[in-house]
Amino acid sequence: MNGRAWKNMASSDANLLSLITASRPGAAPTLLRSALPVVVIVALAVMAQVVLKGLLGGYYADLAITIGVNIVLAVSLTIVNGFTGQFSMGHAGFLAVGGYVSGAVTYYFSLTQWGSAAAAGGRLSGMPLSTEGLAWLGAGDVLFPVALLIGGLVSALLGLAVGLPSLRLRGDYLAIVTLGFGEIIRVVIQQSGPALKTPEAAEQAGVLGMATGLGGALGFGGLPKYTSLFWVVLFAGLTMLVAYRIKTSTSGRAMLSVREDEIAAEAMGVNTTRTKVWAFVIAAFFAGIAGGLYAHKLGVALGPVDAGFQRSFDIIIMVVLGGLGSISGAALAAVVVTMLPEYLRAVADYRMIIFALALILMMILRPKGLLGVREVWDADLWRGLFRRGKSAKGGGK
Amino acid sequence: MPLLEVSNLIVRYGAIEALHGVSLSVEQGQIATLIGCNGAGKSTTLRAVSGLLKPAKGSIRFDGKEITGVAPHEIVRLGVAHSPEGRGVFPQMTVDENLDLGAFARPRSEKDQIRKDREKSLDLFPRLRERLKQLAGTLSGGEQQMLAMARALLARPRLLLLDEPSLGLAPQVVQTIFQIIRDINAAGTTILLVEQNAHMALKVAHHGYVLETGRIAMSDSARVLEASDEVRKAYLGIG
Repeated sequence: MNGRAWKNMASSDANLLSLITASRPGAAPTLLRSALPVVVIVALAVMAQVVLKGLLGGYYADLAITIGVNIVLAVSLTIVNGFTGQFSMGHAGFLAVGGYVSGAVTYYFSLTQWGSAAAAGGRLSGMPLSTEGLAWLGAGDVLFPVALLIGGLVSALLGLAVGLPSLRLRGDYLAIVTLGFGEIIRVVIQQSGPALKTPEAAEQAGVLGMATGLGGALGFGGLPKYTSLFWVVLFAGLTMLVAYRIKTSTSGRAMLSVREDEIAAEAMGVNTTRTKVWAFVIAAFFAGIAGGLYAHKLGVALGPVDAGFQRSFDIIIMVVLGGLGSISGAALAAVVVTMLPEYLRAVADYRMIIFALALILMMILRPKGLLGVREVWDADLWRGLFRRGKSAKGGGK
Repeated sequence: MPLLEVSNLIVRYGAIEALHGVSLSVEQGQIATLIGCNGAGKSTTLRAVSGLLKPAKGSIRFDGKEITGVAPHEIVRLGVAHSPEGRGVFPQMTVDENLDLGAFARPRSEKDQIRKDREKSLDLFPRLRERLKQLAGTLSGGEQQMLAMARALLARPRLLLLDEPSLGLAPQVVQTIFQIIRDINAAGTTILLVEQNAHMALKVAHHGYVLETGRIAMSDSARVLEASDEVRKAYLGIG
């Protein structure tokens, strides 16, 4: 046997080995492996609320919550714009749908069942830690995630309704349709009636009255404020976990193939329409969750503006800046894009100009975004950074 | 019964008719080739067979089953793999990931068989084995063509559609590619080969069709076509 054949055999054995270890059956370890990240995320979320919040202090803790919401938004849009390469410009529409639906659920449920729309959460949902005798979780902390889930599901359903007809369109046309979708949501919300303030008024209006009593152009005020670092870290972590699982799965590979070359993907047997619609639905679900987190955040008055295209563009900027297709890149960009304007407050009126310049500079220096398709933990990303000149030329397009 | 039977195929791009009633058939176990100039409709014919284009009229039967108008992802599952023109590798994915996508249409239960087929494909193209972790976009043209073919083979097709595998390749590499086409066929895969390189195509094929502006102008065994004056003059540049 000559040297090369031997080498071939050795490498095929290594391949085989990695395949076996990756797919070895045995339910217990598999279950453990898939549950472990969730346990870690929950632990991190609890720590964020108990330890980090105190360390950060009020202002930065609040900023961290905004960052977390933006991470959920950016990572979810990455699934559509990054993985499948479809240009959706109406992501804020899903944010608003999730926000309004979950907001309506918590607000009117609290009002009619508990007599007041005030938050009934425990220490993990932002009540002061020092409160005597307060449990970690209150009754509201069951209501809140359920409401988020409902908001996410309604948003996902709408994603399906929009995605089915429109994802047959390509490029610019899809962008226009999704942009239009966001605007429709905004206008519909604007036309809703005033929010009902008392339990009696709500009872009288019935379910339909409550569903249309969303505050109209004035915004949906008075929502119970549940969103805390705990909830935000929890959902940001789960969103990233799901996105990562998708990216490394076969169906994720199918999404990426649609982005790379749609015709070749079809020739491989990928049902491109179904793949795109799925990506859209999943993204809409998480955007809905993000909307719920945003709506229940202290100091936020949820309004029709939140469905507008300005908001959608903000999310797109994060995705493009992070690198189309990079989960950690999108998360990183969400942090940068949220914090930069805050730090630029010192230069007051000029801050948005500087912010815009920073973005332009960024796209010139790293046209594929911060990380491209790679993730922070990919070894070849770092190798690529150290040999930038070479990799920039090798990049092709 | 031929494995593939195309009859009176008409394909339109908008108002322009690209194929005006093409009929051809590919026998089980053989290599058939479709030669012709630029714009004759060769790629269009292949795309219609694999479902990437919807024909306006006519019928396509694969293994006796009507597949006209069936979605491309279904056709792959029936056993037709298409290695598209311009190779269509996924440039931002590694060679490894590209190969995985080749087996996308196959059920998970075939995992072990897929692994074996993968090894077989890599044995056929040893160059790819050396570059498994490389991004496909950074491969040379010849290597990309090899990848496209290896990937198509991973679908375990009964019929392999090859669109211009020699396009833009160095003569030496073209020789290699055509040898591999022979090998693939010898291993039992039926092939429909579209080529501008009529000389090479007729050498490996059993049967040949000459396509001229959307019509089959000639159809005969590859030997006869290779020897015919018309083909020699128009496509082989001899005489």
